[in-house]
Amino acid sequence: MDPMKVLLVDDEREFVTTLAERLELRNMNVSIAMDGEAALGFVESDPPHVVVLDVMMPGLGGLEVLEKIKAMDSKIQVILLTGHGATKDGIRGMKLGAFDYLIKPIDIDELIKKLYAAVKSMA
Amino acid sequence: MATNLKKWFNLRENLQMLTDVNSSENRYRLLQRNIRILMIVLTIVPLSMMALINYHQYQSSLREEIITPETLLANKTRHSFEFFLNERQSLIKSISYFYSYEQLSDEKTLNHILFTLKKEFGGFVDLGLINGADGTQLCYAGPYNLLGKNYAEQSWFHEVMLKGTYISDVFMGYRKFPHIAIAVQRLEQSGRSWIVRTTIDTAMFDNLIAAMGLDSESDAFILNQEGIFQTNSRLYGKVLERCPLKIPMGGHATYVDERKDPGGRDIFLTYTNLTYPDYTLVIVKSRSTVLKTWYALKSDLFLVFLIGSTVIVFVVFRLTGIMVNRIREADQNRELAFRELEHHHKLSSIGRLAAGVAHEINNPLAIINEKAGLIKDLIEYTPDFKQKEKFSSLVGAILQSVNRCRTITHRLLGFAKRMEVEIENLDVNELLEEVLGFLEKEALYRNINLGLELAKDLPRIDSDRGQLQQVFLNILNNAMAAVEDEGKIRIATWEKDADTIAVSVQDNGCGMSEETLRHIFEPFFTTKREHGTGLGLSITYGIVKKLGGDIEVKSKEHEGTTFKVFLPKKSNV
Repeated sequence: MDPMKVLLVDDEREFVTTLAERLELRNMNVSIAMDGEAALGFVESDPPHVVVLDVMMPGLGGLEVLEKIKAMDSKIQVILLTGHGATKDGIRGMKLGAFDYLIKPIDIDELIKKLYAAVKSMA
Repeated sequence: MATNLKKWFNLRENLQMLTDVNSSENRYRLLQRNIRILMIVLTIVPLSMMALINYHQYQSSLREEIITPETLLANKTRHSFEFFLNERQSLIKSISYFYSYEQLSDEKTLNHILFTLKKEFGGFVDLGLINGADGTQLCYAGPYNLLGKNYAEQSWFHEVMLKGTYISDVFMGYRKFPHIAIAVQRLEQSGRSWIVRTTIDTAMFDNLIAAMGLDSESDAFILNQEGIFQTNSRLYGKVLERCPLKIPMGGHATYVDERKDPGGRDIFLTYTNLTYPDYTLVIVKSRSTVLKTWYALKSDLFLVFLIGSTVIVFVVFRLTGIMVNRIREADQNRELAFRELEHHHKLSSIGRLAAGVAHEINNPLAIINEKAGLIKDLIEYTPDFKQKEKFSSLVGAILQSVNRCRTITHRLLGFAKRMEVEIENLDVNELLEEVLGFLEKEALYRNINLGLELAKDLPRIDSDRGQLQQVFLNILNNAMAAVEDEGKIRIATWEKDADTIAVSVQDNGCGMSEETLRHIFEPFFTTKREHGTGLGLSITYGIVKKLGGDIEVKSKEHEGTTFKVFLPKKSNV
């Protein structure tokens, strides 16, 4: 099986690069985008299996990006990260088609579990 | 003592105290006392004044009413006496004019006149003619042998010669009956003068007194100027004895007097002086008989005053008690409302602060989490090296601490987030069972007895599921923390009334001190030291209040704690 292609979208560089490294250690193909625009560019040029998307970002917000991704390719699964502990954003995201949401700081094992579940749901 | 009293009755100070705000219990006692004193003074003083004024007015007007008949009686009787004496005097005077000196010198004629007088008027004892020049008895008709007796040295002779008439005081005369003598002088133009003198027994006096119709308690008598009885007194002595009462002589009015007689009896005296001779008519009545109506009125007045005062005091005491209680309750309610408001303010400002702090901390926390996570990954993916175990445990500790921080920030955020509510129709029993699902494992592990007494027909309510879950999770978590292993937690639901359902969670754990109980719903108050944020119950309280419910807690140290949550059936959020 091909390694899973994951796109990480978050404006916090330290967070996103470290998380990417950890996922790569687990044999995933990880790309990074620092804002919404960049994320959409990645999705267009090299569509990933799953997008891990921060809700709170400057510029294009996480939920808007989610909508646009879903519009571009509804098969791409999105897992939202809410920094707020605001389940409300998570629930709204799920209504917009997000696969699930996680609250920051995240537990890596939980994220991995959700990523595989998301990929599995695509099949 | 005096200054104390002064302080007590210092009106200004007392009034000041009425309005002073001071929440101590003492204040209500003071307030109650002051209102009572003030009200009693304000009511009893005018009542007493009214009673006093009435007393005096009634006394003066009633006195008039009581005295008038007494003086009338005295005057009437005096007139009778005067009339009686005048009549007798006039009679003698007429005789002295109708009959000449010569006729009166004739014993036969004199006897005849005496006979006629006795027959027509009664009471006449004798009749005599006395020479005006030398005072010798010239002729005499009567039981004594007085012919030739000389009266020139006697005072009555001088008086009759001077004034023309004379009426004597009473003396014991013929057959030991009291008598008076009446003498009249006749002066002829020739210069010859003579005196007609008669003696009358005073049985008529007794008749006149009897005519007054006095009761057995009362008495009436005549005194002469020296205070000697001229008639028999029922109470104070026989005729010609000295009267024990001191009656002031002289004056022409009718007088009344209240005093004690020598026997110690309270008497009401009425006395009046006859115009002529110098007699005084005295009427003695027992004071209580005369003033009977006054005494009755006085006791009525006193009774009314007493009943009035008692009623006033009773009403004032009851009313003040009720009033002060109401004030106290109102104060307490106000204070409670104020505290609740304060609490709310505290909560919401802390909520905002907490949200800010949590949000700011969350991002670096996420970075620490990932960095430490990566280190852990790297250690795990690297083959054995020196001190691998040590590094692994160090990173594990960092991650654990991050986890703890996360719990705290999540709670803080949850605390801030309580402002939003999503209402749905839900079954509280079901919700409780869901929540208990989280705790069953721990309960099983610690062998804690979870007793459920859920009402079968508990009505569904409109409320926020998530928030209620948090409420019961918090309360149950506290209960679990409070009980020892093998402890007991009892959860019950019931319908409290038409609008409310109730949930109680009772444990037999360590309980709380009163001090703890007082602060239990305050944010950041905790007894768990390192393990708690001190937000759990404050959040719980906030949620329940926001959902329109109420929460109460009872606790006793070493016995256990009971939380009761009351929730409205219909949400008005």
